[in-house]
Parts: sequence; structure tokens; C-alpha cells
Amino acid sequence: MDLIAGIYGSVGSIGFGLAAIGPGIGIGIIFGQGVQAIARQPEAYGVIRQNMLLGFALAEALALIGFVAPFVFGAGPAN
Amino acid sequence: MAAESLTPETLEGVVAAGSLDCKFENAANPCGFPAPDTGIFFFDDLASVEILGMTFGVNKVTIQVILAVVVILAFFLYAFRKPKVVPRGSQNVGEMGYLFIRDGIAREVMGKDGDKYVPFLFSFFFLVWMLNFMGIVPFVNFPATSIFAIPVAFALIVYLTWVPIGVYRQGFGGFFKGMLFPPGVPKPMYVLLAPIEFLSNIIVRPFTHAIRLFANMFAGHLLLATFSIASFYLLTFTVIGALGSVASVTVAVAITAFELLIQALQAYIFTLLTAVYIGGALHAEH
Repeated sequence: MDLIAGIYGSVGSIGFGLAAIGPGIGIGIIFGQGVQAIARQPEAYGVIRQNMLLGFALAEALALIGFVAPFVFGAGPAN
Repeated sequence: MAAESLTPETLEGVVAAGSLDCKFENAANPCGFPAPDTGIFFFDDLASVEILGMTFGVNKVTIQVILAVVVILAFFLYAFRKPKVVPRGSQNVGEMGYLFIRDGIAREVMGKDGDKYVPFLFSFFFLVWMLNFMGIVPFVNFPATSIFAIPVAFALIVYLTWVPIGVYRQGFGGFFKGMLFPPGVPKPMYVLLAPIEFLSNIIVRPFTHAIRLFANMFAGHLLLATFSIASFYLLTFTVIGALGSVASVTVAVAITAFELLIQALQAYIFTLLTAVYIGGALHAEH
């Protein structure tokens, strides 16, 4: 059977790339809005920073799971 | 070079021709770049005992954890050996750490109720931070939290703390009702919402709590290892080799500085999430 297209190498890294899209956008929104909130209300800095980091941590977890998953599941052939 | 001749084999020939000798013995890929894999996260037992068919070993990571506990204990015992009303020197640093946890985390999240849990949060913050920090300490060079067992143990302790607190403070029914049926939602939505809330709060939460810390330190250590090995691998007596090596060292230094930030941030986030979970268990949402 002829192959039309193929990938070789670490497919897991492509998976990580895909998994990083959503959290990337999410983290951008979180920090963008956080900075805006601090600019509007500098006296609420403590609460805003804390909630910002909380949201960042929750969004980031998805990207990190994407990073670890290839190591756990994707022990493909070397090279 | 024609495009079709750029196969891994010919590339390898190019790489090998640029270097004077093979620096790494790698059976699968002679002279190829030995990218670090999960193998760098396993250590041989320095000593082990067998009890009831289970092997209890002491390896580098075990020693690091003990070392971290000793360092933290020693510092804070020294800082507060003779506490004074007007703090000086190390007592100042110790109080800053304490106030950061109490005012910055416990009271922000839980209010006055949080004061009871400050020692718990304080221990977690400094232990996690110290274990993370060892990733960039020369000659130690390994963040113990990048071994999955350690964040799992921490997350389990947190899980086994906030669930009983919730059941104790709100009663079994109240605790689960508040968690699974958040108020202010149209009634039919609960069919969809309750299972999702159960899954995310009871099952997924401890996992993500552990994975977040683990994966950050794991990724950081792998990055550092990649660039450190690359700087050695690229170092040859050619212009391109030397430039590549210098670039790699520069990136490794930059990543080290970045890791310093990430280590503190992850310790903070781990503690903050602990506080949020306990705070959520203390009071029902309104």
C-alpha cells in the first residue's frame, strides 16, 4: 500500500502543540483582563492577583497534561 | 544538498563530520543528539531493605526530601530561637514568610477562619518551594517534585484534609449538596451539572492538583537538561559548534532564571489551591 502522507518522529510533540492552543488563549485572556482590572482598580491588587494566578493555574494544567501525556502513553520507536 | 538526500542518515553524517569524536555512546543512534528522556528521572537505590516483600529504598530523591525538611526546620528554628518584639536579621525574614502565608493566602481566601490553617499552608509552601528550588542548586540539580509520587503524596494529604473538614463543618448532606447543586442554576440543569461537579471536585481535583506541580517541574527539568546536554554536545572545535554551544549555554542560563520564578510560583499556586479547597469546605457557597 502506498503511503500518501506520513509522520515519523515524536507524534506526542504535535499533541502537545495542539493541547497548548486552548490554554494559551485562556492564559492570554486571564492575564490581559487581570492587568486591565488592576489598572482600573489598583487598590484591589491583592485580590485580583490572587484570582488571576488561580485562573492561570487552572488553565495551565490542561497544557501541562498535554505535555506529560506523550511521556506516559507515547513510548513509540526511537527516532 | 538536494532535498531528497536530506534523510536522517545523511544528516547524521553531516553532524558526525562536524564533530571530532562521538561524545556519547548511543547504540540506537550513534553520534546523534542524545535528547534526555524520562530516564533522567530515575535513580538507583543507594540502600534498600525488604520488608514483607516490598522494597524500601533510599535514593537521591529521598535524601533530598530529608535535606529539605532539615534545612527548613533549621532555618526557622534559628530565626525564632529568641523572638523579639522588634525583629532583626533572620527573624525578619521568617516573619515575612509567615505574614506572606497568613495575610497573602490564608486571610485573603478564608478570612479570619484561615488563621487556624496557617501552619498547614506554611509547611506546604516552604517544603514545596525548597523541593522545587533544589532543581537549580548546583550539585543537587534535581527538583524532587518532578517525581510524581511526591506531588501525589502532597495532594493526597490536602485531599484527605479538606474533604473531612467539609463533612465535619457542613455535615455530610450539606457538604455534598453545596458542592453538587450550586445555587442560582435553573433546576433542570442539575441533571447535567451535578455529575460534572462531582467529577471535577471529587475525582479530577486531586489529580490536577498533583499534576500541575509535577508537570511544571518535570518540564522545567527536562528543558534544563536538554540545553545543558546540547551545550556539551555542540561544543566542537569548529565555529558553528562553538557558536551553537554558546547559544545553548545562554538559553540554559535564561531558563534557570525562569525556573527560579516558576518554582516560587508553583509553590504559591499549590498553597493557594490548598487554601481555596479548605476555604470551600469551611463554608457553603451562597
